[in-house]
Amino acid sequence: MSNLATTTAPATPEPAPAPAPAKPAPKMTADTGRVFNAFSHGFLFIWGALVTIPLLWAVIQSFKTDTEIINDPLGLPDQWLWGAFGRAWTKGHIGEFFFNTVLVLIGGVGLTMLLGSMAAYVLARYPFRGNRAVYWMFVAGLTMPIYLGILPLYLTVDNVANALGLGEVIGLSTHLGLILVYVAYSLPFTVFFLHAFFRTLPTSIAEAASVDGAGHVRLFFQVMMPMAKPGLIGIGIFNVIGQWNQFILPTVIMKDEDKRLLTQGLLELATNARYETDFARLFAGMTLAMLPILAVYLIFHRQVQSGLTGATLK
Amino acid sequence: MSFGRARFITGFLFAPIVLYAVYVLYPYGQTAYYSVTDFSGFSPDYAYVGFGNYVELFSDEVFLRALGHNVVVLTVYPVVTILLALFFAFMLNVGGRGDKAGVRGVRGSSVYKFIFFFPQVLSIAIVAVIWRRVFQSNDGGMINSLLMKLGLVEKDKPLLFLAESDSVFPPIHIGDFTFEAPVVLVCLILIAIWGGVGFYLILFSAAMQSIPKDIFEAATLDGATRVQTFFRVTLPLLREHVSVAWVYLGIAALDFYALVVGMTPGPGGGGPNDASQVMSSYMMSNAFRPARFDSFAFACAMGVSIAILTLLFAAAQLRLTRSRDKIEF
Repeated sequence: MSNLATTTAPATPEPAPAPAPAKPAPKMTADTGRVFNAFSHGFLFIWGALVTIPLLWAVIQSFKTDTEIINDPLGLPDQWLWGAFGRAWTKGHIGEFFFNTVLVLIGGVGLTMLLGSMAAYVLARYPFRGNRAVYWMFVAGLTMPIYLGILPLYLTVDNVANALGLGEVIGLSTHLGLILVYVAYSLPFTVFFLHAFFRTLPTSIAEAASVDGAGHVRLFFQVMMPMAKPGLIGIGIFNVIGQWNQFILPTVIMKDEDKRLLTQGLLELATNARYETDFARLFAGMTLAMLPILAVYLIFHRQVQSGLTGATLK
Repeated sequence: MSFGRARFITGFLFAPIVLYAVYVLYPYGQTAYYSVTDFSGFSPDYAYVGFGNYVELFSDEVFLRALGHNVVVLTVYPVVTILLALFFAFMLNVGGRGDKAGVRGVRGSSVYKFIFFFPQVLSIAIVAVIWRRVFQSNDGGMINSLLMKLGLVEKDKPLLFLAESDSVFPPIHIGDFTFEAPVVLVCLILIAIWGGVGFYLILFSAAMQSIPKDIFEAATLDGATRVQTFFRVTLPLLREHVSVAWVYLGIAALDFYALVVGMTPGPGGGGPNDASQVMSSYMMSNAFRPARFDSFAFACAMGVSIAILTLLFAAAQLRLTRSRDKIEF
């Protein structure tokens, strides 16, 4: 009882009977510990269930028939059917969506890391006229929401590509076009983060390499980049998740049906009346989309958690 | 040497600056420019109309409603998410076995962290589509069918959730503004919280772990209980993190586009009857489903307004919570 009182009323001092302060103290902490343990596990378990149940439910639905999904949404399937997965892959084009997304993600994150670290390195280590102006130009982009640019962006991508005669390469509905846009919008944070990181690296090693005759470019790729590895991993993960979750940019730029990314494709699957008749396929599509994420997350969850939160606090 | 240096600097900065200028800065400028014209998005002929679009915008009934919805999200979503995240971080870190005032987490804390964080890496589209089914407004929806099984809801009167435009409290009118919380908007906020808590839990939890142990030892020696330690020592040291979380959540609250588009009825989302319309979704539907010839310019004015409001919010937030004296350890 007294333990409960301490847990619920944190401000009140120790419960009244405390005759020999030295002795009961350890016992007290042990008891509160046990109560807390039960308490904590209770709450944590409930939230864990709230997170898991909708996802599990969706997975189970993909094994049912449409009749079962409509009439008995909570039950388990009579027979575990795998057909919906095949239909989602072929007719729902989940495979294509996935391929498009991964392609753009690899290009986008790769190029963001390369260009971002190049810019951040020069801005952090080479004083020159206009250095601060360029740095603040990038950082200013951090403060602006994407809605400020999204409408004319569509026209810009189209016009720039056509003006260069590269409409098929970097124009609307091209992978490379979307990659360049992703890179441009990921640069502010990447430059900001890595700039701070390159600043903290010691200068002595760079000087030694430079005395040994390493040029600026070699110095960057062979000395500075390996030294900056922890920072690069953190911001890399941040960009992977950011670009993976990107929603509005592909919606605006990828107009062709066969160029859709997973986000658009899944929404299409869910909202378009054509697909409404095959609920199992919709759920199977969700499941197929979730599995690889789960796999990657299982392997890298520590890095993902620390990378994301670390980057946020910069 | 100095020639090589200059060439190196230019060479390394050229591509990033060009990309950034062309795809980010130039469109920003264009949005601001078009917002004072009657540009249609297609026709090359357009005229300067001054601040007409802005004047119309702030007398546009739907935009004001959308703005009101953003304000409701901005007041509820960050507070609830931060409180829940702090609560769970507290549970994870204080609930552990009794030594050194709870710097050790509860058993299985990494499993909890793994699960709580998972929605963050799920694509927002997956989250939206699954929850759309969970909230489905007939007996095929997960929650409805569960409540019917429990006998809490009658079979012919399912809860509408995403199709319900009634406010959970009587709408408050202040001038042209209406503050209301339609059920559909509340559902969206719940999902945002569902997805967001894990991230901030990890953020706060990592911050708690990074507090040096001797601070806790000192507190224990002074006879502080775990709860006292949490409220008097841990929480004050997390001030900076809570402030950062607040800014991030606030910016997310002024966005909300993906959830609205992904989950709510109506072309481009925002339904029913604009009950879940937020500024960003209204802007996008104005641009792509034009209701007037200069919709594009009108939407650009909205884009500028969203940017200004976001900046004002972030500035106010940083000013309010900037710590008076930073604690280094």
